[in-house]
Amino acid sequence: MTMVNLTLNGKQVSADVPDNTLLVTFIRETMGLTGTHVGCDTSQCGACVVHVDGESLKSCTMLAAGAEGASVTTIEGIADGDSLHPMQQAFHENHGLQCGFCTPGMVMSAIELVQDNPNPSETEIREGLEGNICRCTGYHNIVKSVQAGAKMMGG
Amino acid sequence: MHHTTYMKAGNTDDAVARMADGGQLLAGGMTLIPTMKQRLANPETLVDLAGCGLAGIEDQGDSIRIGAMTRHADVAGSDLVRGAIPALAALAGGIGDRQVRNRGTIGGSVANNDPSACYPAAVLGLGGTVHTDRRDIAADDFFTGMFETALDEDEMITAVSFPKTGKAAYVKFPNPASRYAMVGVFVASAVDGTRVAVTGAGSDGVFRHAGMEAALDAGFSAGSLDGITVDADEMISDIHASGDYRAHLVREIAKRAVAAC
Repeated sequence: MTMVNLTLNGKQVSADVPDNTLLVTFIRETMGLTGTHVGCDTSQCGACVVHVDGESLKSCTMLAAGAEGASVTTIEGIADGDSLHPMQQAFHENHGLQCGFCTPGMVMSAIELVQDNPNPSETEIREGLEGNICRCTGYHNIVKSVQAGAKMMGG
Repeated sequence: MHHTTYMKAGNTDDAVARMADGGQLLAGGMTLIPTMKQRLANPETLVDLAGCGLAGIEDQGDSIRIGAMTRHADVAGSDLVRGAIPALAALAGGIGDRQVRNRGTIGGSVANNDPSACYPAAVLGLGGTVHTDRRDIAADDFFTGMFETALDEDEMITAVSFPKTGKAAYVKFPNPASRYAMVGVFVASAVDGTRVAVTGAGSDGVFRHAGMEAALDAGFSAGSLDGITVDADEMISDIHASGDYRAHLVREIAKRAVAAC
């Protein structure tokens, strides 16, 4: 067992978990935040993307113990009270989701993409979301959403 | 994933000592953790290198030294690398996806020597040097076969250095699904002549192609490779591409890399 201490959506949390606990398991099962999804379990689909110290990572491909001391932000941590994050709002307004399973990862990847590149082109968005797979094939509206989200974020 | 015991190494000596006790080194984990999840690797002890202070990029005059724990995103975004060896920065920026580049490391990639990985092509193509806890190993001596390297059982990569050259390019033909290199060719104009390193294709992993190097030394142009043949029997042949197709791609992708130099 390993004691893991980290900041989750701004709150200090600690738990003693088996050493082989993945960060996504820690988030979903230990901390009960099920907004972060497990899609493929083979590190390819990106449904599990969260921010660790401000950078997007696949939480199914990292041990919880490796996030010791880090600041982790999940999809639950980006809205401001009842106000959706601009990127969430943009997905909502542009029909950027169909079944919604991939959406938490898409939104978290898109936020980091826009933070690094406030005015991404369509090509840059498609390349930037290479690590996120949508099985409803909704990429067209996802790209539109990210473009709108970028504008709403101030780009 | 099977049970494992996780520990952090405080420095290189600590990591090497723990490896000698049977520990498996964990760098970025972009290969090891998925492999453990599939139960294809079941290390009893994982030794996390994140706290060993091995990340960083240094200008060493004629070369650039990249610490083993330096992430792909940091190499891709480094002004130093982009200025001195733009092909290396571009290669790092094309590995996996953004989330993999935010976590995966050069040391992990080079030590693993996956036959479809991009970095081995850069190390071999640029004629780099792999630094370990005990010695320096020239690229030509380092990669010894698919997933095989010259590293001893308890030897650890601490850094990789690359001679500076602006005349180099890497072109990858990615598998449309996995985005791994089905064929990737790194062409560089080095001090000792042109070097051509091929990843993704060879059944023994990354390799240099002497015929293409000689042809490019005689005349550095894509057309110089027109008459070159690549032995299909030495290529990987699988559901993604036959050996014949890979052999064909190696020459065509090499021509694109030369044109991009």
